[in-house]
Amino acid sequence: MHIPDGLVSGPINAAAFVVSAATCGLAVVRANKTLGERQIPLLGVTAAFIFAAQMLNFPIAGGTSGHFLGALLACVLLGPLNAFLVMALVLAIQCLGFADGGLTALGTNIFNMGIIGGIVSYGLFQILKSVLPKTRGGFLAAVAVAAWFSVVLASAVCALELHFSGTSPLKIALPAMTAVHVLIGLGEAIITTVVISVVLASRPDLVATWSPSQSKPETSQEA
Amino acid sequence: MDKKTWIFISVALLVAVLLAMLISPFASSSPDGLEKVAEDKGFLEKAEEQEPTWKHSPIPDYAVGGIENESLATALAGVIGTVLTFAVGLGLAKLIVRKVNHNKT
Repeated sequence: MHIPDGLVSGPINAAAFVVSAATCGLAVVRANKTLGERQIPLLGVTAAFIFAAQMLNFPIAGGTSGHFLGALLACVLLGPLNAFLVMALVLAIQCLGFADGGLTALGTNIFNMGIIGGIVSYGLFQILKSVLPKTRGGFLAAVAVAAWFSVVLASAVCALELHFSGTSPLKIALPAMTAVHVLIGLGEAIITTVVISVVLASRPDLVATWSPSQSKPETSQEA
Repeated sequence: MDKKTWIFISVALLVAVLLAMLISPFASSSPDGLEKVAEDKGFLEKAEEQEPTWKHSPIPDYAVGGIENESLATALAGVIGTVLTFAVGLGLAKLIVRKVNHNKT
């Protein structure tokens, strides 16, 4: 979903850049106050894992491939603003170091994958988490659904940007983009859920959005 | 930092590096979702006729230059990118947090 140069118009790229830069500033100020000692290396390794996993394109139907996004994974592990920093870092390294995604579209890519796929989708995760059973299974179900949704929503916003850039009308871009990403999102849901399960099993204290009461469903189930 | 956390971080980093090194050469080379849609709906040329604004990527398209073996070039790009991302992420996080201590003192 990395937008290259030339597909999204200057004003949209500029607006998305401003929003992404402002969010980045907010996230830095917030991390300055709240980032825990253990979260420092966790932030680095989450970014590294997302970089690595994004290289692993898996084939989906019709000669198309998809790859992991990781924004929701980072949100669940580190909280939404720290996750935004992770995504901005990964996308900047991909753009500058590996020519993946255009430099003019960097702000838009960070907006789509860091804010829409990350912060906004994290909102859905929180809603799901609050309505689902307060158990490990309920938590993982919220992770899976929100991860799937994050990819589909980011692709829909990308289609909107293509539309308003005059690149491809919405009635063509939106169904095409979402149809592909409904499938790619399944990969996202599987990978995110597996990784969170492994971290919950080994180091539940490193999952920022996991509250300890959830690990003892026998005592808190009725609460 | 406690030892247990460092072990966890080290293992996670090792997993990431191994994924980037061993699996990336086997990744699908089919176009991704956006690329495929751009191709099918006829707006890919809009991106292709545009000169890239940033031409100084040291490892364009995840393949280290000057290596004939494509798998090796990709694996090497994966390892470099993963380690670099970890180092920059860790460095930035430390930098962001350090300001707090200065403010407090």
